[in-house]
Amino acid sequence: MAQTKAAIPSARLDSALARALLTQMQLIRRFEEKAAEMYAMGKIGGFLHLYIGQEAVAVGAMSTLRPDDYAISSYREHGHCLAKGSDPRRVMAELFGRRDGLSKGKGGSMHLFDKSVNFLGGHGIVGAHLPPAAGAAFAIKYQGGDQVVLCFFGDGAVPEGEFHESLNLAALWKLPVVFICENNRYAMGTAIHRALAQTEIWRFAETYGIHGEPVDGMDVLAVRECVGRAVERSRRDKSPALIEVRTYRFRGHSMRDPAGAVYRTREEVEREKLRDPITLFSERCVKDGALTEADVKIMEQAVADQVDEAVAFAEASPPPAPDELFTDVYKD
Amino acid sequence: MAVMTYREALNTALREEMRRDPRVFVMGEEVGLYEGAYKVTQGLLKEFGEKRIIDTPICESGFTGVGVGSAMVGLRPVIEMMTFNFSILALDQIVNTAAKLCYMSGGQYNIPLVIRGPGGPASQLAAQHSQSMETYFYHVPGLKVVRPSTPADAKGLLKSAIRDDNPVIFIESETLYAIKGEVPDDPDYLVPLGRAAIRREGTDVTVVAYMGMLYRALEVAEELAKEGISMEIVDPRTLRPMDTDSIISSVRKTHRCVVIEAGAGFAGMGSEIAAEIQEEAFDELDGPVVRVTGENAPMPYARNLELLKTPSKAKIADAIRKACA
Repeated sequence: MAQTKAAIPSARLDSALARALLTQMQLIRRFEEKAAEMYAMGKIGGFLHLYIGQEAVAVGAMSTLRPDDYAISSYREHGHCLAKGSDPRRVMAELFGRRDGLSKGKGGSMHLFDKSVNFLGGHGIVGAHLPPAAGAAFAIKYQGGDQVVLCFFGDGAVPEGEFHESLNLAALWKLPVVFICENNRYAMGTAIHRALAQTEIWRFAETYGIHGEPVDGMDVLAVRECVGRAVERSRRDKSPALIEVRTYRFRGHSMRDPAGAVYRTREEVEREKLRDPITLFSERCVKDGALTEADVKIMEQAVADQVDEAVAFAEASPPPAPDELFTDVYKD
Repeated sequence: MAVMTYREALNTALREEMRRDPRVFVMGEEVGLYEGAYKVTQGLLKEFGEKRIIDTPICESGFTGVGVGSAMVGLRPVIEMMTFNFSILALDQIVNTAAKLCYMSGGQYNIPLVIRGPGGPASQLAAQHSQSMETYFYHVPGLKVVRPSTPADAKGLLKSAIRDDNPVIFIESETLYAIKGEVPDDPDYLVPLGRAAIRREGTDVTVVAYMGMLYRALEVAEELAKEGISMEIVDPRTLRPMDTDSIISSVRKTHRCVVIEAGAGFAGMGSEIAAEIQEEAFDELDGPVVRVTGENAPMPYARNLELLKTPSKAKIADAIRKACA
């Protein structure tokens, strides 16, 4: 998917922007639904952490970037990878463990990397990619560049020492990195009030003397506006920020966790689904006259076709050759 | 060729590589203003400035991860661990991130990163500051592990490590920083990673040792020569990749092997070398491969106990006599 033009987001909703944001959210939703299906069919193995419900975060945030900016994420990163511009076919092939996957099938769902779009991964250990995010920003500053790094992570990473070490270093050294905490209220099955003494996560920004604010993660325009300001500030001042995006995952932690599991009620999940970010934004687009209902349907069909094509591509791609076991352990 | 200390050789290597390549920078606790807890980075802040010699707060995981991320975006960091004991706090960044990214990204992101600092037994620093940390790292595919025993190797191996495109764990020693030796002046003097050195030629027994144990073995060799035992001493220099070929070709000559290591013996370097030899050259052996290792206990503080923990010259000599009997 093409990234939208980097600019301070305006309040006016033009149809090109509406189309770009909605189509990316639809693509991610459809991609994830299909991935779940493929997982159930045994085409995808291991852990699969779906992004369904959180699409507005990746799409809104990434829409504020230039193509030469960087993004890095955790293991719930299919959405970030797609929103940064990766080819859905190669992402699906990676989930299938095939040789045309982004990492030749050696990374899988939790470890998507795409150097061609400056997507720095796909990291499977909670909190572990925050120091490297600061490091990428350090390198940008060292090299005299004006790119920024968007670092996505969940509320589960906040109690980790690396969250605090990274915010401290980024603030101390004035690094151009925007930390985006996707607070979906549960670290696996642990609700934030059971994990954090300070549940207003954005307030940790105050501790480190950096810009911080919360934003509604179900509203793609709000995310775009909030992150857009943080990105512009970060680019201009070489300064970090912490944005707490309040969102919700509609599915379980992974495919091994049924959505209505023991740690949250079915009623809560159903209530949150009423604020589906894609539905909300589609309605807004139609109401504002940026898109028609027919446009929305046509776009839905187009992404469904695109995802089917991604599956066909993944199916057709052979598994990696046996000697790939030993390549890329080291760079020669 | 200049005579310099091991510490100066490391300092020279850092200076030369930083002059050669603007992407190289040094980061760690007390590396700048304080000039290094062990003075390895002395004078570097003055020559290269704060942009390239970066003092960090005490957050090993944080600044090691910063190194990893900077390497993903084109830099070549040298991260100093004040001592390698502290690298345990950064173990996840090293093992799960630095070592894995090249593979997990299908070769898209390699990590040219050196993590260096002293490790191994020191003097009365007790259990937390005096241990052989290499064992934690050489098990990990994706890492290279270096233990340089001489000033010349300190320079040549560090320069190779900095020019390498992979994460390299480079473990020096508090007890060797002051030793002196001849070091080539050539700013392109490189000792290749993965190549062992024969420190003493001999015919009766192959002794594998590095760092402090190498010097103990060299002294024992003098002593045992008087008894008619001719020791060949092999210094592996790089533990991963290990130059098994050099060790085995020495064993083919001597038909006996003794491995000395300061660290605890259980699942140690000696175990690996013994296994390699019996797999590759069992028929060449006149007797079992003998291990002389640190005792399986944490490092004690009391001087008398500390001396018991690490292989003594007497213990090494006895083991070699027995192997040659």
